[in-house]
Amino acid sequence: MNYTEKLQHVSVLGAAGKMGSGILLLTAIEMTDLSLQPENKGKKFVLNAIDLSFEALQGLIEYVKVQALKAAEKKTVQLRKWYADRSDLIENGDIIQAYVEDVIRMIRPVTDMKAAYDSYLVFEAVNENKALKVKLFTDIDAHNPHQPWFLTNTSSVPIHEIDDEAKLNGRIMGVHFYNPPAIQRLVELIAANNTLTEVKEFATQFAKNLRKVIVHSNDYAGFIGNGHFMRDALHGIQQAEELMKNHSFTQAIYMVNKVSQDYLVRPMGIFQLIDYVGIDVVQFIMQVMNPHLPDENLHSELLDKLMASGVKGGQHADGSQKDGFFVYERGRIAKVYDLDSASYQPVDAIASAADAALGQFPQGGVAWKTILRNANKDQKLQDWFHSFKQMNDLGAKLALEYGKRSCEIGQKLVDDNVALAVEDVNTVMMTGFFHAYGPINDFFAS
Amino acid sequence: MKLRRKIYMAAGYNTISLGTGRKEFNPRKERPGLEYYMSEAGKGTLAQIGGAENVDESVVGNFMAARFNKQGHLGSFMPMVDEGLKYKPSSRVEGACASGGLSLLSGIRSVLSETAEVVLSMGVEVQNTQKAIYGADVLAGAGWFQKRKAGQAYFFPGQFSDRAGAYGKKVGEDKARLAFATWFKNAIENARLCETAQEFHNTAPDLMALGMTKPNGKVFTDHLNVFDCSKVSDGASAIAILSEEGLSRCGIDKKDAVEVVGFGHAVADITQDPEDLTRLTTIEQAVKMAFDSAGITKDDLATAEVHDCFSVAGVLITEALGFAKEGEGADFVAAGNTARNGIIPLNTTGGLIGWGHPTGATGVHQAVTIWEQLTGKAGDAQISIPANKPYGMTINMGGDDKTVVAIVYKKVE
Repeated sequence: MNYTEKLQHVSVLGAAGKMGSGILLLTAIEMTDLSLQPENKGKKFVLNAIDLSFEALQGLIEYVKVQALKAAEKKTVQLRKWYADRSDLIENGDIIQAYVEDVIRMIRPVTDMKAAYDSYLVFEAVNENKALKVKLFTDIDAHNPHQPWFLTNTSSVPIHEIDDEAKLNGRIMGVHFYNPPAIQRLVELIAANNTLTEVKEFATQFAKNLRKVIVHSNDYAGFIGNGHFMRDALHGIQQAEELMKNHSFTQAIYMVNKVSQDYLVRPMGIFQLIDYVGIDVVQFIMQVMNPHLPDENLHSELLDKLMASGVKGGQHADGSQKDGFFVYERGRIAKVYDLDSASYQPVDAIASAADAALGQFPQGGVAWKTILRNANKDQKLQDWFHSFKQMNDLGAKLALEYGKRSCEIGQKLVDDNVALAVEDVNTVMMTGFFHAYGPINDFFAS
Repeated sequence: MKLRRKIYMAAGYNTISLGTGRKEFNPRKERPGLEYYMSEAGKGTLAQIGGAENVDESVVGNFMAARFNKQGHLGSFMPMVDEGLKYKPSSRVEGACASGGLSLLSGIRSVLSETAEVVLSMGVEVQNTQKAIYGADVLAGAGWFQKRKAGQAYFFPGQFSDRAGAYGKKVGEDKARLAFATWFKNAIENARLCETAQEFHNTAPDLMALGMTKPNGKVFTDHLNVFDCSKVSDGASAIAILSEEGLSRCGIDKKDAVEVVGFGHAVADITQDPEDLTRLTTIEQAVKMAFDSAGITKDDLATAEVHDCFSVAGVLITEALGFAKEGEGADFVAAGNTARNGIIPLNTTGGLIGWGHPTGATGVHQAVTIWEQLTGKAGDAQISIPANKPYGMTINMGGDDKTVVAIVYKKVE
């Protein structure tokens, strides 16, 4: 079965979820584009969007409509060629509308898992729960006569374990998108030791056609992205806990968040990032990874306590941020959670004392937004971080320590053979996490 | 054909050309509409001619408000601009991107025919109401609709890409590209001197490098990059067209006016493809008519505003004007001859690529620029007008060389 044939009947599991909806959209667009090629005219293409509730699926269709429209507006030059034989479609507006309708027509929203019994390809984006994934794959595989291939969006579960437990004999591959899949360019591809060559080739072709930046990761829990993020998050938490000896809880959280954002020139501070991903998700990923790491303890009591207090972070269905470590107003941190009093305190009440404790902010600030496009980026960063070494202020010291640890974590991923190369680690962090520089660098070495 | 009566232009006014590149522009925020631009430009000119009571007639050049703004009947907006225009004649004229030129001609003809002594001529277009990909459908109306299906997504960039491709074949692709890039560089450098220009805020450090960008037919066109193209613009321009009597009625000193000494107006069949992709033959005709009626040659021109909707059009116009022989326009432009310090400074405030191209307003904007240059009102963009070359010219084109208005202006001694 060739690439196109595989894509003629596809099911996406968890299609209305945060990741699933993006994966469904990209798959629908790829399938629609294939269906418009002259050699495929007349062939049938089916894409099942499988999720638990019709309500969520309804929202999914609205999302796909908006996104497919944007995609069509960007590739109208191409679309005019594909629709050249449709004499009724003359203006760009006609053609763009027709394309959006074709994408929507491709999708069958269903709540019944049985729809996947006819698919050649199953894309899974359900919760990060191995038992659930195994159960779904086992059931579909038992009832599906086509020996379907399974692509999983897991960000942490080793692929070979799912393969073993669901008895898929290598018909599985990790295809890990970043949030949101429609915009984030990075895809981590993870093959199990026995993943079939055809499946690998297919997944690579698929990611290429989606114009993704592909990084191959070896099949170790957490892969590259979460392998770095989880350890980086733990470091941030530990640094904060250390600060709590002399500072209040809220001040410590504020300080480490500021150091990891403004000093380290990252798009978000570490606690904002945890909020963005979801405290629950981070806790869960650590739980998945921890048993695979005998020499480490990937676990945070602080996160457990927050969860117990009902502070979860994550995002609402419309993409807006839920309250976590922080409360956000128009994208900015407005309040900081205080674990002791189980209440949020205005950031203004915390900032001045915390800033004073961090000491002088390094001169000649380098901002994340502008450094990305700076032609002298590396030199600027080098000078910036070097200036920290001349300072005695707490903030600069914390930043150096943080940067060093991030570098160690990155290097460990290479040493442990999770990543094939230093470049891969840096690409994942720069593409998937929008860092301005890779964690493996010479900036922080003493 | 020598004009039977002395005709003047004065009291020009340009709004800014709003669109990407201007700091004020935010595609997500609501923007001023037709009413705003017409009012600003109209009032701008009326204030310089003693008010609406001195105006006998108005004319509005506009291409496609019917689609961009779902608005027809623009002539009737003039009394909104100033109540003093109520119950006076006003009409809207259309000739695609030459609508502004037709607005000027309509005024010139009214004064020539002695039915008016003072005409308020305006041009306006508000195009940012739609994304460029849909605006391209609207602008494609300047071509024959029966050819739309076979055309490029960006219809007119596609048409002129074909011209650029043919020209590259004729003179060599590298030579053509260098000329297009030079044209772009001149346009932006000139626009940086004019506060109302769309590219006034442009600070790109290496314009030649941008201009040399290799075209990519997969996402845009085969032979033109985006820097070769004028942008999507909102704006309006206005100017007064007057007889001698009109000048004195409005209290305008002749040194603050330019004399219109000749014009050419030619059209070609919109249903026919160009005879030769590397020549703008309708422009050649209109230019010839304009020179003949003014009794001058290209060598008498101190400057000209030419219709560079695309860089390739600018280069081809140097040949149509006679400054370069056929096939030698590329060298002529690349050598810097059209820059503000060159043999013939063209588009001294940026032209369509640099100043902006609110389609229906462009012809009037060109006249305002020439009026400014010949009367010494061009501010930072002022060039010197040699005493032996007191003439300026505007060339305004509609569609792919289908409607052309060329006008010759003379500095008043």
